[in-house]
Amino acid sequence: MADTSYHVDKRPPVIGPGHTFKTITDKIGSIVLTPHTPMAWFVVTFIGFNLLLVLTVSLVYLLLKGVGIWGTNIPVGWAFPIINFVWWIGIGHAGTLISAILLLFKQDWRTSINRFAEAMTLFAVACAAIFPIIHTGRPWLAAYWLFPYPNTMSLWPNFKSPLIWDVFAVSTYAIVSLLFWYTGLIPDLATFRDKAKHNISKRIYGVLALGWRGSARHWERYEKATLLLAGLSTPLVLSVHTVVSFDFAVAVLPGWHATIFPPYFVAGAVYAGFAMVLTLAIPLRKLYGVEDFITMRHIDNMAKVMLVTGLIVVYGYACEMFYGWYSANQYERFMLINRTTGPYGWSYWMLLLCNFIVPQLMWSRRMRHNLLAVFIVAMFVNVGMWLERFVIVVTSLHRDFLPSSWDMYYPTVWDFSTFFGTIGLFLTLFFLFVRVLPMIAIFEMRMLLPTAATAHGEAGEVGIVEDENGEVR
Amino acid sequence: MAHQTPAASPFYGLMAEFPSADALLTAARRVRDAGYTKFDTFSPFPIHGMGEAIGFKEKSVAPIVLVGGIVGLLAGYGLEYWTSVIAYPLNIGGRPYHSWPMFVPPAFETTILFASISALVGMLALNGLPQPYHPVFNAPKFSMASQDSFFLVIEADDPKFDAGETRRMLDSLQPREVVDVAH
Amino acid sequence: MDFSEIRTRLEGLDGRTYWRSLDELSGTPEFQEFLHREFPSQAAEFTDPKGRRDFLRLMGASIALAGATACTRQPAEKIVPYVRQPEELVPGRPLFYATAMPLGGYGMPLLAESHMGRPTKTEGNPEHPASLGATDIYGQAAILDLYDPDRSRTVLDRGDVSTWSTFVTAFRNQLNAQAATQGAGLRILTEQVTSPTLADQIQTLLQAYPGAKWHQWDPVFGVMQTSGSAVPAEQATYRLDQADIVVSLDADFLGFGPAAVRAQKDFAKRRRVDHPGADMNRLYVVEPTLTVTGGKADHRLPLKARDVHAFAAALAGAVGAGSSAGAPGAELPADAAKWISAIATDLQAHRGKSVIIAGDKQPPAVHAIARAMNEALGNAGTTVTYGAPVARTNADGVASLRELVGDMAAGRVEVLLILGGNPVFTAPIDLGFAHQLQKVALRAHLSQTVDETSDLCHWHINEAHFLEAWGDIRSFDGTVTLQQPLIAPLYGGKSALEVIAALNGQGDKSGLDLVRDYWMRGVAGQTADSWNVTVGETFDKTWRQALHDGFIAGTSAFDAAASAPVAPAGAAPTAAPAVAGPVGTSGTTQAPSMTGLEIIFRPDPTILDGRFANNGWLQELPKPLTKITWDAVAYMSAHTAERLGLQSRDLVTLSYRGRQQQMPVWVQPGHVDESVTVHFGYGRPKAGRVGSNVGFNAFTLRHADAPWFDGGLEISKTGTYDISTTQVHHSMEGRHLVRAVTREQYAAHPESVHAMAHTPAPDMTLYPKFEYNGYKWGMAIDTATCTGCSVCIIACQSENNIAIVGKEYVGRGREMHWLRVDTYYAGNIDTPETYHQPVPCMQCENAPCEQVCPVAATTHSAEGLNDMVYNRCVGTRYCSNNCPYKVRRFNFLLYSDYSTPSFDMMRNPDVTVRSRGVMEKCTYCVQRINHVRGDAKTEGRSIRDGEIQTACEQACPSDAIVFGDLNDPNSRVSKLKAQERNYGILEDLNTRPRTTYLAAVRNPNPALEPAATQTSQPARH
Repeated sequence: MADTSYHVDKRPPVIGPGHTFKTITDKIGSIVLTPHTPMAWFVVTFIGFNLLLVLTVSLVYLLLKGVGIWGTNIPVGWAFPIINFVWWIGIGHAGTLISAILLLFKQDWRTSINRFAEAMTLFAVACAAIFPIIHTGRPWLAAYWLFPYPNTMSLWPNFKSPLIWDVFAVSTYAIVSLLFWYTGLIPDLATFRDKAKHNISKRIYGVLALGWRGSARHWERYEKATLLLAGLSTPLVLSVHTVVSFDFAVAVLPGWHATIFPPYFVAGAVYAGFAMVLTLAIPLRKLYGVEDFITMRHIDNMAKVMLVTGLIVVYGYACEMFYGWYSANQYERFMLINRTTGPYGWSYWMLLLCNFIVPQLMWSRRMRHNLLAVFIVAMFVNVGMWLERFVIVVTSLHRDFLPSSWDMYYPTVWDFSTFFGTIGLFLTLFFLFVRVLPMIAIFEMRMLLPTAATAHGEAGEVGIVEDENGEVR
Repeated sequence: MAHQTPAASPFYGLMAEFPSADALLTAARRVRDAGYTKFDTFSPFPIHGMGEAIGFKEKSVAPIVLVGGIVGLLAGYGLEYWTSVIAYPLNIGGRPYHSWPMFVPPAFETTILFASISALVGMLALNGLPQPYHPVFNAPKFSMASQDSFFLVIEADDPKFDAGETRRMLDSLQPREVVDVAH
Repeated sequence: MDFSEIRTRLEGLDGRTYWRSLDELSGTPEFQEFLHREFPSQAAEFTDPKGRRDFLRLMGASIALAGATACTRQPAEKIVPYVRQPEELVPGRPLFYATAMPLGGYGMPLLAESHMGRPTKTEGNPEHPASLGATDIYGQAAILDLYDPDRSRTVLDRGDVSTWSTFVTAFRNQLNAQAATQGAGLRILTEQVTSPTLADQIQTLLQAYPGAKWHQWDPVFGVMQTSGSAVPAEQATYRLDQADIVVSLDADFLGFGPAAVRAQKDFAKRRRVDHPGADMNRLYVVEPTLTVTGGKADHRLPLKARDVHAFAAALAGAVGAGSSAGAPGAELPADAAKWISAIATDLQAHRGKSVIIAGDKQPPAVHAIARAMNEALGNAGTTVTYGAPVARTNADGVASLRELVGDMAAGRVEVLLILGGNPVFTAPIDLGFAHQLQKVALRAHLSQTVDETSDLCHWHINEAHFLEAWGDIRSFDGTVTLQQPLIAPLYGGKSALEVIAALNGQGDKSGLDLVRDYWMRGVAGQTADSWNVTVGETFDKTWRQALHDGFIAGTSAFDAAASAPVAPAGAAPTAAPAVAGPVGTSGTTQAPSMTGLEIIFRPDPTILDGRFANNGWLQELPKPLTKITWDAVAYMSAHTAERLGLQSRDLVTLSYRGRQQQMPVWVQPGHVDESVTVHFGYGRPKAGRVGSNVGFNAFTLRHADAPWFDGGLEISKTGTYDISTTQVHHSMEGRHLVRAVTREQYAAHPESVHAMAHTPAPDMTLYPKFEYNGYKWGMAIDTATCTGCSVCIIACQSENNIAIVGKEYVGRGREMHWLRVDTYYAGNIDTPETYHQPVPCMQCENAPCEQVCPVAATTHSAEGLNDMVYNRCVGTRYCSNNCPYKVRRFNFLLYSDYSTPSFDMMRNPDVTVRSRGVMEKCTYCVQRINHVRGDAKTEGRSIRDGEIQTACEQACPSDAIVFGDLNDPNSRVSKLKAQERNYGILEDLNTRPRTTYLAAVRNPNPALEPAATQTSQPARH
């Protein structure tokens, strides 16, 4: 049989043994379609919601007073907001990568994590999208002036500016991710429609399911569309962080103006994304007892991806160093010295610790199979990737060309409250999602079952009538 | 013989429920070989080979997406060119009005955007979705079609359809059961 | 930022005007705290209705002025309707009137710009020998004082609102009472006075009351470190454009004083090396603390203030002008001998073409030595002329004040009239002026704000600003300068002249009549001072000419036919009998100690003795060299700081003669060891919303017998203190931003300037070139002549409505100045070379800022200006990040003050007031360009070179900034850019800056500086 490979190799399976279409459906369905909500859910959502309130307060005060409430100044015109923006956008990338790129590579193990990874993408992008708008001096104008729309002054945005590229890239990314996510949800929404006991939820899921009935013709077109969406998302996800990196690479600033940025940023994004997926997956599978679906196999694979992308990022650091030295440009060289030994030197060394040293643990199989270890490493990476953006943004800006304009940057309490506030927004959205939507793609899980798989294997053959045992062993 | 005239009756077709994907696939091939054209299968997940088993040939999604992409590309680059070169040319940092390398990223994004939207919209449109009501939903056990059960429906207005004949043929495929589906 | 409690406070008050209540409030600690926290954001508490009523009153005044047709002041009642538009007054077109700003009694000649009757900007008077078109920072900032919302608005009688007439009656009654005793109990205390009319009026009063005495006190001007010896009888006027060698003995002649502007003009003439091999002057400076002048020195010897005397004496000996006898014993540094011989040889080699300048902070003996040297070297008459002092008051204010205090203590003073000044705050601490003052039965004080002195006086008379009152005044060179009002007194204030006149029973006469009458008599030779003024056919014609020019021709010491007024026999005008008698009539004079840690007193470089403490522009103006804002600090050398275990931003207690004062430390490169310089003027308790309780008050240490320097200071660290500077790093880090060459180098290798950094060829670009036909604006800035005096910054601030942000936000790097002056040190930290670089927007042709703006809010104009469209800006700050020169400024908060009515009148109507969240930057004063372009178009001609002057260019006393059309090969700027010295900064980024610089040229003496070390290497510290 085509999938015996699962059983011959040493690796743990992508789905626990003894599952049938029914058990899968019931297991995942029961997480949502139940009146009982686990206490832990309330706790986390409560924390998240309170942080969300902090965000609200911060934003209101910001709109009343102006960006001066932050520590930004001249020369450090960008700081926390842009750092957070890049950080969140980066996190988003793992979701798309899992759902699109791994799909194209026919990586079946992606199935059980892609749904909530995609959700993570959406919510991360939502958090990220806040910052480019609120970091401007006049957000009430920036909110729409950056989009090309006909106006009485017949003014248009400046398409030569990387920030406009950002607007297009990020908004496209958000929309496409949403489409892709929803497309994947339709059959599962139909399942919920049919399983839901409560009348109202039945209706809601029914409306969202668009009357999906699993017709063969529909499945044919559906799979084609999904495949194409995956094919479109792949270059998109690569382009998004490339464009984000242009915000820096296009500038003249030493420490920004580097050709390595696009690949190095994309790798960093995937790195951060997988760290975040692990940060979410490890507690979730425990909390909802879905260890059968998110198995050690997944943890192991993601840890490996994290390790590899991490090494690519470190290669990026090495390149920056090399260019700085090899360019023989006094500004570049000074930037390196300042980055490593200047007043913000600590952040650079912390960054190396978090993004380079600690993740090396993932070489060891024992570590990869120790959930706590993986979780801690993932946390380090989350912090490390934030620090990376801090190093790039702040240490490059605070000492640039003219020593006379050098200055220091100190964040204020509002910088922090805004940042942690968005974490609250993220948690709130994510746990609401977990509560009302299937966090694992049910119909795709079904396809992982051998019985479903045989259909692939022996498709085209005739005369298997005698195959009676419809129920799975 | 009352239901010799299907068109007149409030009778949509016959539905057979099968235990497994394989059974459904086999049954579908049989029905097709039997010369039926107006029939469809329903499963909780896509069954590879089912398309050809029921004689489904249409390939319209890809072209729609392609067109969407091309439109997006032209729209994006066109907007950039028109605004920066024709509508309101500005000397920005001494760069030429038509700085094509700088126009690539937005044009690329619009391409993806339009293509993606046409992928989803196109798929739904071809599938005739959203479609809140469909006769098959009348079948009592059909709700299992989205969970762990497999169905085959032969519509009453299939030229070859004959209530007795067709039911016998379906029974020969060893379904769990065969039921009438009302309009 | 919660004003609620202050608002309730305000609403709780009734009856009295708002201003009284502010005064009352400011007494309370909470309100002091409030002011202290809030000084930057100029008053949101103005939203209360009283404020608005004031606003209406102000508008009334200004509308009334809209009728003003000529130079004469119209009565406020008469309003000319616009249907019959007065001639000369075209809406949107400013008018310019010549006037003068009094400072330390001397006049800074100005041209005031008036928009619809509102003065909005002051410029130098190009015709006037003391200005030649430039001003000092005070001349530029004057306009803010005029509209200062904290100005007192009424006469006060023991704190209650009163009227001018009430005061006059009351005071004249007192005088009549004095008549019996011939006015023996009457005292008048003024600042230094040069105004002929005022002096004449005072003399008239003194003749009416022979027993009365006229005292003079100004903590900055007319204060001598006498130490017993008599002050020089004649004052020196220098002709620096004639001097090849200039030796400064602790004289900051370029950076401070009424002569500084003219000095810079003349000095710069001899620093401009327009072609390789051109000759230039050489400047030796011997001074304790690094000054603007020291910064320009080719050779600077740090020397304790108390050792300058000995050095001068030794130098005198070396040039054969008397021996070093009589000089107080001082240990000169080891290499002093080398210096003396080198300077002496240089001086000898340039007899008649050199000049020795003694600093006004040095005792008379040093001045005598300097004069002796100048005479011995034949400089007297060529590079320096000695003439009768311009001041009509005794040059030794300390003695004068000491005598007054003596009389007050002895109860001999019954009526004291204080005209201007703030002696309660500024008097030497040991005289106990404030205490003795209370013994005077009747005290009246004339001042623009209710200050510390007003508080202790029975009467406060609200003084008219110089732009509101008539007067005459003489500038340092003796030029008689006329002071015309541009606006009716906003709050009905009076000038000192009007006060004295009223006491002389001429209260009915307007200021104009008083001045005019005096000069009618003056030209007729009927005044005490004899003036030989050439009169035209009629006096009226001469008078009108003088008003137009702003001064009476032929009265300057610079004129060939120099006719400083000939003092009548007995030198009565200097009021020797009236003004304080011999030194030390009261109190004991002890000679300044020559041992121990030295303490040096200097007026603050920006707010002076505190009289400008409420002027936000001057408060926030980075002090030349240190770039400190909003604070007074104690400067010391690195060695001294090391020895005392101190560093910058340490808070220390200065103990001196048993008095203590806290102050933060600042380690200043180039400061002499074992000496500490403190600036007085900060720490005023009652300056106003901006200046109250800002910084530390050094007056608490200043003694009458050692006003400028003394020994015996002790320092102990008590903590640390935040200081806001606009430049934290003063080393060039090996980047050739200011390029410096020596004269020899430049002559031998003119290309060496360009060799310092790579400049890409014009064709080295992928882009097609944008053609700039028509005008192509550009600017050249000469770092060889720039002294870092920072006048350009204030000029820019005034012209472009630039907001201030306050100490806290300066500390956070949020200052708004469009133009900054970068100061870099090179060489070692003890005797560094100092270089200044004014940095406006470079107006790059390939502007990095424009490309990254998402909404195209900054783009290029057809004339190559890097335009900033405020309305379009959404404030991403990307442009600033991508600006290699960091010249862009961002309104992080609402820094512009929209709520203070009087500022609405002050602002330049041609420049947008920027709101919160908007980026702004230098525009090359595009509003001026457009004005002139309009004129040129209507006249159907092209713009002439020099017709457009940017505000910074116009104000620059060194003419270091030149703006013009690069497409005109004959424009000054094109010629400058053609020089070998011309270079752009960061040109290797291919930004194509339109603003370029001319390399600094030093002229070291080979005897003191071996050729090997002549190229300046940037210091790393």
